[in-house]
Amino acid sequence: MAGHSHFSPANVEEHFEFSAEGKKRIIYAFIAGLAALALGIYLLSKGEAGGHEVANAGHDAVKAGHEAAGEHLSGGAVSHQAGAEEHYDWTNRIWANVWLNAVFFTGIAVVGMFFVSLQYLTKSGWSAVMKRVPEAFPKFLYISLPILAAVFFFKGDVIFHWMHHGVTEVGSENYDKIIAGKSGYLNKNFFLIRLVGFGALWIILWNMLRKKSLEEDLVGGSDLFTQMVKIGTAFIVVFGASSSIFAWDWVMSIDTHWFSTMFGWYMFASWHVTTYAVIVLAILYLKDKGLMGYVNENHLHDLGKFMFAFSIFWSYVWFEQFLLIYYANLPEETIYFLERWEGHNKIYKTSEILMVILNFLLPFLVLMTRDAKRTRIFLKIAAFLIIAGHYIDFYQMIMPGVLGKHGGYGLVEFGMVTVFASAFIYVISDELTKASLVAKNHPFLPEALHHDI
Amino acid sequence: MSSTTNYILGVYDDEDEVLHAVTAVKAQGIKIEDVFTPFPIHGLDVAVGHARTRLPIAAFMFGTLGMICALSLISYTMVFDWPMIIGGKDFFALPNWIPVTFEGTVLFTAFGLVTTFCASNNLYPGNKVEPLDLRITDDKFVMAINVDKNKVSAADIKKALKDSGAIEVNTK
Repeated sequence: MAGHSHFSPANVEEHFEFSAEGKKRIIYAFIAGLAALALGIYLLSKGEAGGHEVANAGHDAVKAGHEAAGEHLSGGAVSHQAGAEEHYDWTNRIWANVWLNAVFFTGIAVVGMFFVSLQYLTKSGWSAVMKRVPEAFPKFLYISLPILAAVFFFKGDVIFHWMHHGVTEVGSENYDKIIAGKSGYLNKNFFLIRLVGFGALWIILWNMLRKKSLEEDLVGGSDLFTQMVKIGTAFIVVFGASSSIFAWDWVMSIDTHWFSTMFGWYMFASWHVTTYAVIVLAILYLKDKGLMGYVNENHLHDLGKFMFAFSIFWSYVWFEQFLLIYYANLPEETIYFLERWEGHNKIYKTSEILMVILNFLLPFLVLMTRDAKRTRIFLKIAAFLIIAGHYIDFYQMIMPGVLGKHGGYGLVEFGMVTVFASAFIYVISDELTKASLVAKNHPFLPEALHHDI
Repeated sequence: MSSTTNYILGVYDDEDEVLHAVTAVKAQGIKIEDVFTPFPIHGLDVAVGHARTRLPIAAFMFGTLGMICALSLISYTMVFDWPMIIGGKDFFALPNWIPVTFEGTVLFTAFGLVTTFCASNNLYPGNKVEPLDLRITDDKFVMAINVDKNKVSAADIKKALKDSGAIEVNTK
């Protein structure tokens, strides 16, 4: 109720203690993930070694048939599939998984910064009590961006069709006219420049914001707030361009022949709603530990509304992309959905259906009522569903293009996501201990403490 | 308001005062009919103890109805009554219908809710509503108490209102 909160800016300061026991638990999870990953890799190497000869023989047959057909099938899909065949090696699945997780967690990390920037740009009051939580997320960029750069640099040809040997060389047997036409944008150097340039901008702007935010705890006043508004605004401008560009670079260019003008939005929507789910889980975890008492059901209600709204937004963008392709029915566009729906022995069909249920139907129904958005258990359920659903969403964006019929859900997948998730939790928890959980001198803190909806 | 009702009105000139007065008056076992204010006051509905609005339930029902109506109309016209091939798709081309279904859902929800809201508040053309006190549209806050619905005597209610900071107490 308005005016009846017993919290005031003077008594809210508190610190999250990353206990030795908590650290141990996360490290155990990390080790368990590594073990599962190692076992998965071992099984993968065994399993694929047996089938290798067959694959090679089949490959020769395909090649022979290809020559007989006089190379008339060099259009989109067929040459792509043959290309993927040619380059397939059992280790590809490991690199595809590293890429998938690095992209997924980079998104969560950077949208944390986006959320905070948005709060400053819009001068929002309500979020002042919880903005320290998403503010800690971008710390993970220090880990995930180098991983992305390294995987791209050393194993880019595994992930990206356009990096396959000779696709842009006239006269090469792999020469692909469509990809050669895109090589002005899709080439190794420019890709790296974009990755490193925008990545560095993200980290620099986050560091600037974080520094001012911590300084505000000591100094107070509204000067720092105004400066943070400027940094946040700058970040939104950078992120507006870079989120789309990275969606094209990191994910859309995997299916190099295919393109969608909605892809930037689509991937951003997926990152965005996942981050809200992670924020909600982090806050509820802290509340369960007896911290953040000043975050009441009104703040949770707002976060729940964000999760609800952006689940719908994601569904809208995903469906709109599908609908345009379905309606226009152009072969070079429909291949994307055909691959996921009935291509590759239908191994991606189940997750495609599951994803829409997890990302649209269930959050829509679970979070629809006001009471659900104010009840912790419903928020937790919805957040877990959304995170799982959007992980599968990214899986669906990346895996069919990289692995084709060699994809699947196995120990490698579960191990890799456990490794990344526990590393993420560890880094974020560590970053959370470095400052008071609430920005105690935030000019809007009194308003946020009396938030009532 | 019907003329047979017996109201006692406490008039306040500050929103914080009326908010605290609501709690004070209720503490004496007096049932408050309603509080009229020129602008919304946070937490007032909770303090008065109004039940939560059931409009969201109506919204869900209207939305569902709209969805069913839209899907029925499209499937009747496009599949059964006069099957049409559009863009080489099946007659039952559900993805094509989603935008229209969405619009139908929203349309039914919006019109249904406005109608429900007006009906439940007796708002219809020609209905003359006489405010309990004209100043609630200006700068005063009025707490209305229905004497007939209270076991507390009229004199005690008036005293409670005065004690809680009402600048005047009227009957109507």
